[in-house]
Amino acid sequence: MMTHSTGPTPPVDVPDPARSRTGSAASGSKAAAAIEKARSEGRAALIGYLPAGFPDVQTTIDAGIAMAQNGVDLIEIGIPYSDPVMDGHVIQEATVEALANGFTVPRIFDVVEGITRSTDAAVLVMTYWNPVMRMGVRAFAERLAAAGGAGLITPDLIPDEASEWLEASEEFGLDRVFLVAPSTSPQRMQDTVDASRGFVYAVSVMGVTGARTSVGAAARAVVDAAHAAGAERACVGLGVSTSAQVREIGAYADGVIVGTALVAALRDGGVEAVAELTRELSTGTAKAPA
Amino acid sequence: MTDTHQDTGNPGAGDGAADAIDAGTAEAFLSHDQSLRHAPGPYFGAYGGRWMPESLIAALDELQDTFDKAKADPEFTAQVADLNRNYAGRPSLLTEAQRFAEHCGGVRVFLKREDLNHTGSHKINNVLGQALIAKRMGKTRVIAETGAGQHGVASATAAALLGLECVVYMGAEDTRRQALNVARMQLLGATVIPVTNGSQTLKDAINDALRDWVANVETTHYLLGTAAGAHPFPAMVRYFHEVIGEEAREQILDQAGRLPDAICACVGGGSNAIGMFHGFLDDRDVALYGFEAGGDGVETGRHAATITLGRPGVLHGARSYLMQDEDGQTMESHSISAGLDYPGVGPEHAYLADIGRAHYEPITDAEAMEAFRLLSQTEGIIPAIETAHALAGAMKVGRRLAADLGPGEQASDKIVVVNLSGRGDKDVATAAGYFDLLPDDSAEQEIAQEGEQL
Repeated sequence: MMTHSTGPTPPVDVPDPARSRTGSAASGSKAAAAIEKARSEGRAALIGYLPAGFPDVQTTIDAGIAMAQNGVDLIEIGIPYSDPVMDGHVIQEATVEALANGFTVPRIFDVVEGITRSTDAAVLVMTYWNPVMRMGVRAFAERLAAAGGAGLITPDLIPDEASEWLEASEEFGLDRVFLVAPSTSPQRMQDTVDASRGFVYAVSVMGVTGARTSVGAAARAVVDAAHAAGAERACVGLGVSTSAQVREIGAYADGVIVGTALVAALRDGGVEAVAELTRELSTGTAKAPA
Repeated sequence: MTDTHQDTGNPGAGDGAADAIDAGTAEAFLSHDQSLRHAPGPYFGAYGGRWMPESLIAALDELQDTFDKAKADPEFTAQVADLNRNYAGRPSLLTEAQRFAEHCGGVRVFLKREDLNHTGSHKINNVLGQALIAKRMGKTRVIAETGAGQHGVASATAAALLGLECVVYMGAEDTRRQALNVARMQLLGATVIPVTNGSQTLKDAINDALRDWVANVETTHYLLGTAAGAHPFPAMVRYFHEVIGEEAREQILDQAGRLPDAICACVGGGSNAIGMFHGFLDDRDVALYGFEAGGDGVETGRHAATITLGRPGVLHGARSYLMQDEDGQTMESHSISAGLDYPGVGPEHAYLADIGRAHYEPITDAEAMEAFRLLSQTEGIIPAIETAHALAGAMKVGRRLAADLGPGEQASDKIVVVNLSGRGDKDVATAAGYFDLLPDDSAEQEIAQEGEQL
């Protein structure tokens, strides 16, 4: 805990900035390795999100494997949480159902292990911070690493409050994916890029998750700012649902994150629909030859 | 849901995070070296901070910068003082409650009459201040959350006065039960949006307000209704309520010639309590008591006694005590009083609890309703049901003081000041239903069964 800070944005205490700056490929970052592999194949990385336990744990594992087998490079598994302030209706409804179906937080490690045992895809966990805090940050990190997880995406944890997580993620070699937004100041961009490991998550629009017809020009400005601040990998999320959008964003970003559209596909058509949408989305990842 | 996942007894006992009180701060407090007043945030010991999406950090920075400059600007402080005096009706009275005091062990009891403010509660202090801040930031729209509707009505009032667009988020179930308060907000020109997400309660209204804020932060200020949330909200909301404690301290010195032995206030998020406490924080001989909603009784799991039974965690932007299960999921709170029905509490209260400066105790629905009845019938003042928790607490504190007198002391030498945070007009239907005062076939009977608080 940072109990002695007097300002609103106390300096970020990064254990080893040289090593942690969005993870040079040599740092052992699983997320970085997955994105670099896509890059070496002339593609932007495709990152797919599903909430754990929707509608049950086994389906999440099956759908995760299906995503990996059909063109996703990184898998993002969300922990259903009672107060998901960054999520729109589709994901909220899915996570409410997961909780109603009895999902408990420790099952996240079963999901991660189930996917990583069967595929090479890097698996990140997306979580609001209180469930991690409740289990204990170090204990959570230890179990996530043991399950084969790559790291955490943390929508309501900013580097300013993350000293415990910075420490635990270093200890267990886990990726720290913090968010940056169109509203992020240059100084905060620098601090957040410096504190991240693996990649930085560029929020495409000011808003919450959910499919949008256009993600607009703001996303590109955020990615450019992240790159200028030294981020080797910046991936764009929020609002992406079609291969055309993947193509548009993949032209300038290192990875493209799709969530709501995959959740809706799973809801409406099961694992096969997730596989099909993933195949379709992956047709947009090829970068034009330089 | 039960509270089997929660610890009982000493709050946070054995919890590593709870032990992380800043030892230096606690020592300084104990040795009386350090003032506890005007704590600026972002941290109150191990509590507070900004557990928020990055998208909102720029808005919080802008808010803090604007607030810091406004506090130092005589024009702003004069504007606040003018609205307080000539619009809200401040200073509010301090009334001695002699007949009610007979039920408090015979100590002297004084009531700080926030119920006499415009809109009927302390809430007006905060909304006027924040609406002025919104104007200084050039925002044209304010959003707010509300449970029973009190903060929504206050926000709509301030927005109407200052020419701001106002949107209020309210649980869908509450909009149905509180149809008259919805109408009141609409009469004041506000738009009320029913929230159908999650548990459809106050916490979900806050979630939806935050989602709105993320998407509209350029034009919109989130007018948070209590001293919780991300920095600078806890310090800022307290600042606008500090007038309660400052007036009360001056008034009790004037009327009784000395400081009180104890201060009593109800605590949901904790804004009226922190404003009242603030005037007396550095008066170490004045005991501070916050009374939480004990609902059906803390042993039943149906309560909102966050500090009494919660554990440290993060919700809505701040680290504080929180009603949560073993997975860190927020638990549903329960109280007859909608204003106290919140599973979190402001971070400064968590800190004051940990260092022992303030004491927090649960009051059951039944205890609160007995105090509600008593004050109405002994003083001719119908309190808000929220406030009735503070009154029930004052009855306990007064009796304890009377039972623990020193040599030569009399109960009437002791003084308790209660923050009468709001009037009970809105609660008449609930109370009438509770005390079975309505004919079976009346329309009000049907309303009361659904918990209507008019």
